[in-house]
Amino acid sequence: MMEFGFRLSPSSTIDLDRADLSLYRKIERLEPDMKTCMACGSCSATCTAGQYSGMSMRKVILGLQRGTDVSGMLSCCMLCGKCTMVCPRGINTRHLILSICRTYEKK
Amino acid sequence: MIYQGKQKIWSDYQKDIPDDHWYYARSCIRQSFFPASEKYFLKICRDLLGKDICDNEHHTTCGGIAYHSDTIPQETAMTIVARQFALMTECGYDNLVVSCITSFGNYTETIETWREFPELEARIRENLWKACRREFKIPKYIAHASDLVYKFRNQIAENAQYRLVDKETGEPLKIVEHIGCHYSKMFPHKGVGGAEYPCVLSGMVESWGGQVIDYPERRHCCGFGFRQYLVKANRGYCVSNTHKKFESMEPYHPDAIITNCPGCPYFLDRWQYVIAEQTGKTYGQNGYGIPVFTYEELAGLVLGENPWDLGLQVHQVAVEPFLDKIGIEYKPSEKYLGLNKEDLLRPEMPQVLKCH
Repeated sequence: MMEFGFRLSPSSTIDLDRADLSLYRKIERLEPDMKTCMACGSCSATCTAGQYSGMSMRKVILGLQRGTDVSGMLSCCMLCGKCTMVCPRGINTRHLILSICRTYEKK
Repeated sequence: MIYQGKQKIWSDYQKDIPDDHWYYARSCIRQSFFPASEKYFLKICRDLLGKDICDNEHHTTCGGIAYHSDTIPQETAMTIVARQFALMTECGYDNLVVSCITSFGNYTETIETWREFPELEARIRENLWKACRREFKIPKYIAHASDLVYKFRNQIAENAQYRLVDKETGEPLKIVEHIGCHYSKMFPHKGVGGAEYPCVLSGMVESWGGQVIDYPERRHCCGFGFRQYLVKANRGYCVSNTHKKFESMEPYHPDAIITNCPGCPYFLDRWQYVIAEQTGKTYGQNGYGIPVFTYEELAGLVLGENPWDLGLQVHQVAVEPFLDKIGIEYKPSEKYLGLNKEDLLRPEMPQVLKCH
C-alpha cells in the first residue's frame, strides 16, 4: 500500500441493510415496551452513572437498533432504577437492562 | 420518489437569467486542472449561441480560497471582489457570469453582506479607492456559468452530434451529478432548483439524453473543504468524504460524474487513484474508475469536439470506456499530443487503477 501521509477514516455511515439486528429482534420479543421509546433522553439525563462512565440508556437502545455492541456501556449501570421512575412512556428500563445483559450472556 | 412532485418544486426555484451581454469572471484554478473547460464555455457562448461575453485579462483570483482557508479577513476578500466589480464596470457590463462555484458564492455573499451592512460597503469602496483608485457598480445579475449552459441546454442538444446513450443497447447512460456546495447551499434562492433540488446539472444531463442517478449521499460534499485539504494532517478527512460518496453511488453503477465546481471534479477524479492505492478498490468497470467531467467538457463531447482538445488526457481516470460507450471517435495515438501536436510525454501509470 502506498504511503501518502494520510489515510481513510472509517465511515460513520449506518447501513441498516447490512447491520446485524438479531440481538435487537431477540430483545424486542422479550421487552416489547422498548419499541415505545421516543428517545427523549430523560433516562440518560437522570442516570447516576452516566456523568462519570458514559452510560446512556438512550444510546443503548439506539445502538441496539443500529446493530452495534453496547455491552461496555451496560457494565457501568448500577441498577439504581432512576431511569424507570422518569420514563414518560413507562418503560421498565431497569428490567430492560437486565434482559439485555442476559441476552448478551447467552450470546 | 414522486417525480412529478420534484418537477413542481423545481419550477418554483427557476432563475430568470438574462439572455446576453455578460462579463466573464474566470476561476484561478480551473485553467490548470481542466485546461479547456473555460475556453470551451466561451466558444459555446460566442460561436454556437452568438452571445456577447467579455473576457478580461486584468482580473485576479476572487480571494475565495484564502478566505475559506481562514488566511485573509473578509474585508480583504471583499476588496478583491470590489476590484472585480470595478473591472466589469469599466468594461461597461452589468451581468456577471462566474466560472467558479466558490467565486459565485463569494460574490453573492459579499453583495448580501453589503445589503445587510451598507456601512461595510462604504468602507470597502474607500479601501478600493485608496488601493487602486477604482470605483464600481454592483452587478445587476450574478449567474454561475453552469446556469447559462443550463438555460441554453436545449439549444446545445439541438446541435449535438452525440447523445448520452449507450450505442450498443440504446439505454441512457447513468450519470451522477455533483453540485459544488457554494452554489446553492449558502444562498438557496440564488441557485436553479434551490439547495434541496438543484437541477442545474440534472437538467443538462436529461436534455442531452442521459439518466440522472439519485443515490443516498448525492448532496454530500466532495471532500475538498479548503482547510481540510490544505493542511496535510487533515487530508484523511477529505478523502474519507469522497470515499463515502463513491461507496454510496457504487451500487447504481454510474457511467460518469458531471460537476460544476473547480474543486469537485479535481478531487472526485484524483482521489479515485488514492482510494485505489489505499484500499485496492476501483469503482468503474474492469478495474477502471468512474470518469469525472466538468459540464463544459460534457457539452463539448456531445457537440462532437475532439476529446483530446477538451483536455481529457489530463484527467486521472481514463475517459476512453465512456467515449467507447457513446461511440465518440478519437485517436488513441493523439492522446498525449498537445494542441500544436507537441508530445506531452506519458504519465507514470498507477498500480491499481487502470488508466490505459
